[in-house]
Amino acid sequence: MTQTVTLHVFRGDSNGGEFREYKVKTAPGMVVLDAIHQIQKEQDGTLACRWNCKAAKCGSCSAEINGHPGLMCKTRIEALPTEKPVVVQPVKTFPIIKDLVTDVSWNYEIAKTIAPLKLKDEGSTEPLRMQQEDVDRVQEFRKCIECFLCQDVCHILRDRHRKDIFYGPRQMVRIAALAMHPLDASERRPFIKDQAGVLACNITKCCTEVCPEHIKITDNAIIPLKERVADLYFDPIRALIRKVKR
Amino acid sequence: MAVTPQRRSQDKRTFRTDAWWIQPAVVAVVFTAFVVYATFRTFENNYYSAPIHLSDLYQAGQVGDLLSPLYSPLIPIDWKIWGYHVSPAILILVFPLSFRLTCYYYRKAYYRSYFLTPPACAVRGLGGSAYTGERKFPFILQNLHRFTWYFAAIFIVILAIDVIRSMMYHGGGWGVSVGTLVLLLNVILLGAYTFGCHSCRHFCGGCVNSFSKHKGLYGLWRKVTYLNERHQLFAWSSLVWVSLTDLYVRTVTSGAIADHVFFRF
Repeated sequence: MTQTVTLHVFRGDSNGGEFREYKVKTAPGMVVLDAIHQIQKEQDGTLACRWNCKAAKCGSCSAEINGHPGLMCKTRIEALPTEKPVVVQPVKTFPIIKDLVTDVSWNYEIAKTIAPLKLKDEGSTEPLRMQQEDVDRVQEFRKCIECFLCQDVCHILRDRHRKDIFYGPRQMVRIAALAMHPLDASERRPFIKDQAGVLACNITKCCTEVCPEHIKITDNAIIPLKERVADLYFDPIRALIRKVKR
Repeated sequence: MAVTPQRRSQDKRTFRTDAWWIQPAVVAVVFTAFVVYATFRTFENNYYSAPIHLSDLYQAGQVGDLLSPLYSPLIPIDWKIWGYHVSPAILILVFPLSFRLTCYYYRKAYYRSYFLTPPACAVRGLGGSAYTGERKFPFILQNLHRFTWYFAAIFIVILAIDVIRSMMYHGGGWGVSVGTLVLLLNVILLGAYTFGCHSCRHFCGGCVNSFSKHKGLYGLWRKVTYLNERHQLFAWSSLVWVSLTDLYVRTVTSGAIADHVFFRF
């Protein structure tokens, strides 16, 4: 059934801005991104938003809808309480470029500091062979679509602005995919502890809650990385065993 | 098109319109209730172990012992400090409590509910940019969780022995009572919680990269992962049940009710 819904959409840039009110006619199955497109088409062509696939696979249309970090293309209008205006604003963690578009380039900059896969048998001409059970665990991390909602909701980056001590959940997933790779030969634990800052995370699991790909970021990436760091830095028994083995 | 007066404010705690505060509030109430009850029982230092004399089927001295999990293993020492009898529960509870306090699940729960860092997702909590997480004292001690797990695993064995002792009847033979089943469920829930721990998952295969070269560990890791995926469920169910188990033992040993015996063999 068609009805009219009120949206309060953020308009502005890094210098500030305001919420503007728009009224949009809904249709069955309509998502927030449809409403934004309708505003662009019928009411205000200057409204900026980033989008690409409209299928929850490109990770471009991240925003905060009624305060919840989420993909605009995946959030149905029908699922929102429409008796009050629906508030749509850009993700909070990153600087605003214009309206709903933010500058997420920091994520790509720090990704460059993560060492790529270093093969155990580098130089070998033998074909790489991996068994399914070896692939299963790291395959989960490959589902990441880089929407950066986990980075947005992480309170260390979002509210405490501590990008200097923590790379954020997305990069923990990237590091976990490399560190748990069966063919990786790198000693990554000093990097994970000191530079990537895994110990800064206090396991409040918001990253897992908002992940549109349902990656268990905390349980399968961050906590296993913390345990690997503990092996090296917080376990005197293992340190003794390592010394004896030498 | 109208312009609303409200500007985007970085200072606004949250734009969430749902009841985000319910979950941390419920966690705080339940966890505080447990702490209050456990503290009361620890310092009560009574009604935690006795042969059950009030069986409705058997005479005095014929049935097995029930022992409260808060006082297990039984420490037969009567220490006094300034005339005060030190409760053995103090010496015992430090192990399971340190395991729960450093548990990855409970960390999430109490960081949200007590420290408000943050209280809920996309809700600004307490503290500012001085935040260091678990990199500095005291929270760096959370990284010693694995050592608390070692002791927690030993306690599962001790509690399993308590279940067996509750079936060994003083007059000879074996029997099963309500108390036996209460203790048995307690050890099952605590076992599922302890062996689903993230540190245990790490030991049982999580630390290796190539599962195909460690088939045995892979099988174990998958089983621990099954429990780990339900870690929150077992964390709360075992916490509640351990309190109810203690309450049942207290009620029976204080003489308020009889421990009904189902059968003997």
